[in-house]
Amino acid sequence: MRTLYTLAVPLLAVVTALALGAVVILATGGNVLLAYQGLWEGSLGRPQSISETLVWVTPYIFGGLAVALAFKAGLFNIGVEGQIAVGSLASVYVGYAVTGVPFPLHLILAVVAGTLAGAIWGGIPGFLKARTGAHEVIVTIMLNYVAIQMTSFLVSGPMKDPNPLIANAQTPKILQSARLPPLLPDPAYRVHWGFVIAILVAVGIWWLLQNSTLGFEVRTVGANPQAARYAGIAVGRTMVMAMALSGALAGLGASLEVVGLNFYHTAGFSVGYGFDSIAVALLGRGDPFGVIPSALLFGALRAGASRMQFLSQIPIDIINIIQALVLIFVAAPALIRWIYRVRVPREAASVTGEVQLTTGWGKAET
Amino acid sequence: MTVAAPTIGQLASQPRLRFWLQIAFWAGIAAILLALTGVQFGAAATISILAITITKATPLTLGALAGISCERSGVVNIGIEGMMLTAAFTGFMTGVYSHNLAIALVAAIASGGLMALLHAVLSITFRVDQIISGTVVNILAVGLTGYLNRQLFTTGAPAGQSVLPPIPFGPLSQIPWIGPIVFQQKPIALTAIVLVFVVHFALFRTRWGLRTRAVGEHPLAADTLGVNVNALRYFNVVLGGALAGLGGAYFTLESVPHFEALMTNGRGFIALAAMIFGKWTPFGAWGAALLFGVAEAIPTAMQLQGINVPFQIVGLLPYVLTIVVVAGAVGRAVPPAADGQPYVRA
Repeated sequence: MRTLYTLAVPLLAVVTALALGAVVILATGGNVLLAYQGLWEGSLGRPQSISETLVWVTPYIFGGLAVALAFKAGLFNIGVEGQIAVGSLASVYVGYAVTGVPFPLHLILAVVAGTLAGAIWGGIPGFLKARTGAHEVIVTIMLNYVAIQMTSFLVSGPMKDPNPLIANAQTPKILQSARLPPLLPDPAYRVHWGFVIAILVAVGIWWLLQNSTLGFEVRTVGANPQAARYAGIAVGRTMVMAMALSGALAGLGASLEVVGLNFYHTAGFSVGYGFDSIAVALLGRGDPFGVIPSALLFGALRAGASRMQFLSQIPIDIINIIQALVLIFVAAPALIRWIYRVRVPREAASVTGEVQLTTGWGKAET
Repeated sequence: MTVAAPTIGQLASQPRLRFWLQIAFWAGIAAILLALTGVQFGAAATISILAITITKATPLTLGALAGISCERSGVVNIGIEGMMLTAAFTGFMTGVYSHNLAIALVAAIASGGLMALLHAVLSITFRVDQIISGTVVNILAVGLTGYLNRQLFTTGAPAGQSVLPPIPFGPLSQIPWIGPIVFQQKPIALTAIVLVFVVHFALFRTRWGLRTRAVGEHPLAADTLGVNVNALRYFNVVLGGALAGLGGAYFTLESVPHFEALMTNGRGFIALAAMIFGKWTPFGAWGAALLFGVAEAIPTAMQLQGINVPFQIVGLLPYVLTIVVVAGAVGRAVPPAADGQPYVRA
């Protein structure tokens, strides 16, 4: 019964958000039926659409896990966007610039490079938070801008594909030896091994949080840093670890996107993943297994959006509105209670569980 | 009787003085940099950098004042970016349909207030975590402005829009240095400066200010003395939204006559950093906003001087500076004691 209530809020939140999205479309003179028909056809209505949905779901699982893991430590990682950008860039660089390394090794090197780059980009705000108290929200957002501008500089200059036939600002393609083999034989189905790995990583993160020492420390620091300190946990170190791991997840997701799907990097390739990942993590209640269905929903929305735009000329941006509405209802279940007259138990009320994110602008931990 | 003059060390240990010493330190650095550019490129370059600094600091100053209004009463607001973006678009859209910049300005301010009202309802009434509530505002703003911009202006922005003209100051604008730097600025930029003084006075010399600070430091005590804590927080958050709205209006009604997706480009977050660096005081925040303004003005001025540096690299300056400032200042900056805590009446 309790599980039912716990599920009731996210489900009703999604339904209400879609309904309000329809109101927005109507109010601006769009055709709702056509729009939602396109959304369905483009996301789950055809086998190929399902494959496209899973292509979107893959980075969302990684991004959602990254945000969720930081949540567990009481940290808000808004920097997934930047961590994806540097991860992708590092992995592409190793993929095309390192030559003469045989297949599985080169692939592994590329993925490790991307993961490490993400870990560093996520670890910096963790370190600054622990050392100086600089709030991770501001630092991660600033690092997003730094990463995105740096990427745009690199792909249009030093890392630009030298092929004169390519006018776009994009890197060369990575070598065959750094690519993942296709998951399905038909190239029309773009879903790649990254999706399978994403599910495995979600299980791994769940295990890490539940059963490992680090997971215990992360959860304790998130629930009550003072208590954690008195219990002898190095709070600052745990924060750095949590943020680095969070960034590593984002970087890993980006690398798999490179070696399994895109094979190159171009400026603006990841724009939007950051905010989407926050939505994925919040709708998934900050839980690794909650992230998967939540990523499925947002992946389906994104995949369906292009078909929707094609059929009904409704701008893709409607997805952001629906996303924000979902967040409002998930974050304030009292609204859902009030609209639908359902009873939601108190303990299901907080989206991030026992963790409170707003702790003023913080002070140093070490 | 004689009193021994206090040493600099003793002076520096007083928090208030240390604050001003810090300001003087940064002002000194800025002055040295400006003197250097003056020597290198001539006085005209320095004047141009200073004028651009004040212009570029406008949305940061207003955003920081918005943050002060919210956080002094105990509500953390990371949704300023979204409020600005919404206001920038609303101002532009209203301008297109009404052909009246005054109406557009009012609409922009109101839309900022409206987004702030959402933040207030979520964080004060429903006690949603304030960071999450602010993030919701940001995502909603990206969605709404992006959607409406494409839906209403599919064929590109209508041409022929205008921006607010500079206020005619007559002979004042011809004063050497001060004229081009201050008296040739446009209305929102000057209003922002006036508002710094107004907010300072209101915060430290009026009943509203006393109540705001009381609610931000110790809501229970304020409540005991008869202040309606949540009503005041509602008021301050919406007021902050209106200030952020004016800051948003700068982008489309004063800076350029068109709207681009995501055009606020993180200014709302940099404004928060300015607020923190300025220790939640209007003058401190203004000083910090000017510092960030310089960081934005220097690349612009370099381009005007024809110095060729990749724009993506010099464009990083404000963002990197924000990180340095936040990392350097926050440990010592003390936010209002009840900042971020919802108030539940026992």
